[in-house]
Amino acid sequence: MTARKTESDKNTFSDKPKLAALRDGFSEGILKLGEENKNVVLLCADVAESTRSHFFKEKFPERFFEMGVAEQNMAAVAAGFALAGKIPFISSYAVFSPGRNFEQIRTTICYSNLNVKIAGHHSGLSAGPDGATHQALEDITMMRALPEMKVFVPCDALEAKKAVIASAKIHGPVYIRLARERTPLITSAKTPFIPGRADIIFEPKEKIKPQVLIIGAGPVLYEALLAAAVLEKEKIGAIILNLHTIKPLDENKIIELAKKTGCVVSIEEHQIFGGVGGAVSELLSKKYPIPMEFVGVKDSFGKSGLYSDLIKKYNLDSASIIESVMKVIKRKKF
Amino acid sequence: MPELTDKKVKNLELLANTIRQDIIEMLVLAGSGHVAGSLGMADVFSALYFHILNHNPKKPNWSSRDRVILSNGHICPVLYASLARAGYFPLEELKKLRSTHSRLEGHPHFSSLPGIENTSGPLGSGLSQAIGITLAFRLDNLKNRIFCLMSDGEHDTGNTWEAIMSAGKYRLNNLTAIIDRNNIQIDGFTEDVMPLESLRAKYESFNWHILEIDGHNIEAIIDAVNEAKAIYEKPTAIIAHTIPGRGVGFMEHDFSWHGKPPTEREARAALLELRTLSGRLKEE
Repeated sequence: MTARKTESDKNTFSDKPKLAALRDGFSEGILKLGEENKNVVLLCADVAESTRSHFFKEKFPERFFEMGVAEQNMAAVAAGFALAGKIPFISSYAVFSPGRNFEQIRTTICYSNLNVKIAGHHSGLSAGPDGATHQALEDITMMRALPEMKVFVPCDALEAKKAVIASAKIHGPVYIRLARERTPLITSAKTPFIPGRADIIFEPKEKIKPQVLIIGAGPVLYEALLAAAVLEKEKIGAIILNLHTIKPLDENKIIELAKKTGCVVSIEEHQIFGGVGGAVSELLSKKYPIPMEFVGVKDSFGKSGLYSDLIKKYNLDSASIIESVMKVIKRKKF
Repeated sequence: MPELTDKKVKNLELLANTIRQDIIEMLVLAGSGHVAGSLGMADVFSALYFHILNHNPKKPNWSSRDRVILSNGHICPVLYASLARAGYFPLEELKKLRSTHSRLEGHPHFSSLPGIENTSGPLGSGLSQAIGITLAFRLDNLKNRIFCLMSDGEHDTGNTWEAIMSAGKYRLNNLTAIIDRNNIQIDGFTEDVMPLESLRAKYESFNWHILEIDGHNIEAIIDAVNEAKAIYEKPTAIIAHTIPGRGVGFMEHDFSWHGKPPTEREARAALLELRTLSGRLKEE
């Protein structure tokens, strides 16, 4: 079995897909930026190793700032660095940053439109055994509500690296959502990452009519790919759109594909309120209202457990996606 | 910094008086805003913008300028008046404080107005911003000085103490915090709302150099800033003891003036008092 888009990694559908962690992609990206641009600085809140910020610390000690367990200060210090012309990245777990320092991000960074990049690690359920306290399920909603902020949700380690590098080339605040666990590579090193451009990562075979559009972001897109492969055997064609940029939203692409399929399923490792599905439905309800189902965490906290178990427990797995696809197709008017 | 003569001191006192009059006029027109802290810090602002700072109002983005980071953004009337008096923008604009089509936001917004170096309002994050600038300048080997103006009340916030701790860690000697120790905040006296004393001991234990001065004494303000420049191993905090509402008798020491403007009648009385004081200063 191979992924349908040539750009995707050929191993994605093998029994043993290549695995890598988004946090390691972050590390590679920030190291490359460190080499390319002396204005890039990295601030960390006592989680250097687990956010893979320590490699930057080793290589560029003078540009690494250990801020301690103080995310509010870290965000506003980063604002100061940006006021002085630097490109600061702040690195912590998403539950703390932007979880704890939302107001500093809002006031000192976004309202001033400063060039600060926020790396939100261990997002979604990827903090697994650490439990609900460490599982950020609200961060996309919080960040996309802020004016000036751009929001990247990469789906694999390769895309995380590219998102980090791309973020430094955009002026203004960017939130990059990252994850802890090693997850399958979906893209390849050659897949371009263009901020604001959603990418199709799966299309049905020629003879099969696309009947549903699955829009998702983050590593959980892998579950969508598995679902699409199963659906295809049942002659149900799915298009999968990798919405790696939640903001700005690729409105044209979403509407174009929505017109083709007539229904949508969203998938995200996040609360269903205001995240990936929220952004898509805000658009479609206004410009092309069609039936939609939301696969995501439904108004609950996470819990301790293995990441793979939690994906199933919170109904984010391929079986749940298939169920939502069947449901949404039934609701179609044409 | 230029030499300080008696004549210059008097001139700075007169400028502080003028800034106080501006504040009263602005707030009565705006119909809302924070009067007590703005009046209380007029002497510090006069000393800063008309003597201490290395700056050029005609070139607000000049890279060698010192930076003034206002942390307690609600006292921006004193900042706006000082900037306008220094020539950053026309005095006329002061009359439009807080109005819909004005650049003078109710709390300062970076890049809205020449001379505004940072956004603030929600308390507690100005010192952090000042620290970021100071660290960046250190990386680039720049010698600009960074002044962070803070309120005493904002020392209730965790963010402020996080910042104090980190400035101590990085021994930011180019950074000087000036704390408006006026003992009031919205809900009452600071020591009733959330006791801050001993502020000096707290800062010292966080590896800061501390100076305590009369925040209405121009010479003391300038001397303290000079001493801060001579401290190489630590950041310095100047605790400026001030009287909230300074210059307007019925506002002084009264926390109920923290966040409200005078009525037209009160403004007339306030301006009369300030102008009388100004006249007396000129005659001396």
